[in-house]
Amino acid sequence: MAVALVKEKFSSSVGEVVIGATAAEGGTRTSVIKVGGDATLPFLHFEGKIENRAVIAMEVNDVPPAWNDIIKSQYGDVLNDPVAWAKKCVEEFKADMIYLKLIGANPEGENRSPEECAKVVKDVLAAVGVPLIVVGCEDAEKDNEVLAAVAEAAAGENLLIGIAEQDNYKSITAAAMVHKHNVIARSPLDINICKQLNILISEMGLPLNRIVIDPMIGGLGYGLEYAYSIMERARLGALGNDKMLSMPMICTVGFEANRAKEANAPEAEFPGWGDLHDRAILWETLTATTLLQAGASILLMRNPAAVKLVQENIADLMVANS
Amino acid sequence: MIIIGERINGMFKDIGDALRNKDAKPIQEWAVKQEEGGAHYLDVNSGPAVPKDERPAAYEWMVKVIQEVTDLPLCLDSTNYDAIEAGLKLLKRPGMINSCPAERDKIERVFPMAVKYNAALIGLTMDKQGIPKNAENRIVFAMELVAAADEFGLPMEELYIDPLILPCNVAQEHAPEVLESIRMVKTLANPAPKTVLGLSNVSQKAPDRHLINRTYLAMAMAAGLDAAIMDANDDALVDTAATCEILLNKSIYADSYLKVFRQR
Repeated sequence: MAVALVKEKFSSSVGEVVIGATAAEGGTRTSVIKVGGDATLPFLHFEGKIENRAVIAMEVNDVPPAWNDIIKSQYGDVLNDPVAWAKKCVEEFKADMIYLKLIGANPEGENRSPEECAKVVKDVLAAVGVPLIVVGCEDAEKDNEVLAAVAEAAAGENLLIGIAEQDNYKSITAAAMVHKHNVIARSPLDINICKQLNILISEMGLPLNRIVIDPMIGGLGYGLEYAYSIMERARLGALGNDKMLSMPMICTVGFEANRAKEANAPEAEFPGWGDLHDRAILWETLTATTLLQAGASILLMRNPAAVKLVQENIADLMVANS
Repeated sequence: MIIIGERINGMFKDIGDALRNKDAKPIQEWAVKQEEGGAHYLDVNSGPAVPKDERPAAYEWMVKVIQEVTDLPLCLDSTNYDAIEAGLKLLKRPGMINSCPAERDKIERVFPMAVKYNAALIGLTMDKQGIPKNAENRIVFAMELVAAADEFGLPMEELYIDPLILPCNVAQEHAPEVLESIRMVKTLANPAPKTVLGLSNVSQKAPDRHLINRTYLAMAMAAGLDAAIMDANDDALVDTAATCEILLNKSIYADSYLKVFRQR
């Protein structure tokens, strides 16, 4: 007996954000990324249009990373050179985007100048054809200088730059407005601050379709379900015509999942946990796939083996079930 | 909460004069002003300013001049159904018909018109005898309107039941009955019809109208009110609606929630 599906009717949809620009559009990308636009809850193709699939941006740093060997062994020497590193992510691991973290700018570390950082960005742009996400070193004052320089040097490339936060959003928003980039708006697992930050950014004049929400996820076992509930509320708000929550969401999967001891401790330390190799891959994979179900559009990942599994998951979930 | 701006009504002197002199300016100014105040719909009512036989043409004219300055959907308000139909024909986006009582002959005229023009419809819980006092008796009329929606194919979410609030200075016993009626309407069908009030009626001829209006709006929203025909330029009233949405967990809180509530 055929079952008639009861379909929800939503009054609005998630906004669509475009990252990257081809030559015709004033940039040098060979491909452009579109995220968002969903007209229903994640993957319910029978109920509404879901045109853009979630994408994976692989992490590249401008200094060699302090990652565990499980991950580093899959890259080899390229970790010493952002250009080679980015190339490997795109050519071998099929990353949709590159997520460039300018850790070298950190005043407590290499303390690289804004000009040096801008040069790294230009080098990576020249090395790959996919769109670029660029964030600073988490030092607010330094990042304002660095991202202003990066925004100017990469004008026309329609980057996604970050991070704008409630206490420090004006400088980066201005840079994005002047040089026409998109902004990551980050809030500390707090939907009310998330909404307020989007209001503040849009009041400066940045169009709503140039904002991507970073809800500051927790990894598996360390706050993942709380992040899920916040992302779910944001998605329902977007579908209910709340324009200040109608942005695609970006998740720092690689960073958060690999902070867990479960992703790093050898079996000898925790015999009940099983082999570290698979465990590390699954910890990052499950963090990512869970957040896909909450509506994540951009996943920032590190472990190539995890990336492969999540790519398969996304492809399977995007098969229409209408 | 759907705000239906009440100001374009011929019983106001400036609108009445505008209608008599075919002067579009006051009507257009109020359309823009109410949109800025946060209106979702604009009520359009010629009031007594225009003689009966001229009403269809008057409504055509009002719809034309209003649509020149705003994209807001319109709520056509008249007991003259030919005038409403004349206006419906010119609407650029689906509007609302204000209104139809629970009387069979009027139901047969108005419900098919709502379906034909893809319009929402305000149904009044009254008949030729007038407005009942008890919530239960109001609900009897509501049920007739719900049955009519079903009979004529009007989607239930497009039917707005108006339990008809009366002035509290002379008929305060109706005020709690109307709140109870709003609650009960939600149980009549699934999906349920919506509810609407002509809010300003509750404070007719009382001294502090604004206080009475916004207090009753909060009470009615807590009972489940979906829409109100009200003063969209009474900032404290619109702020009350915005705050009620937060307190009913219908909209996500942000410190600037009052500001975004008015953005259309």
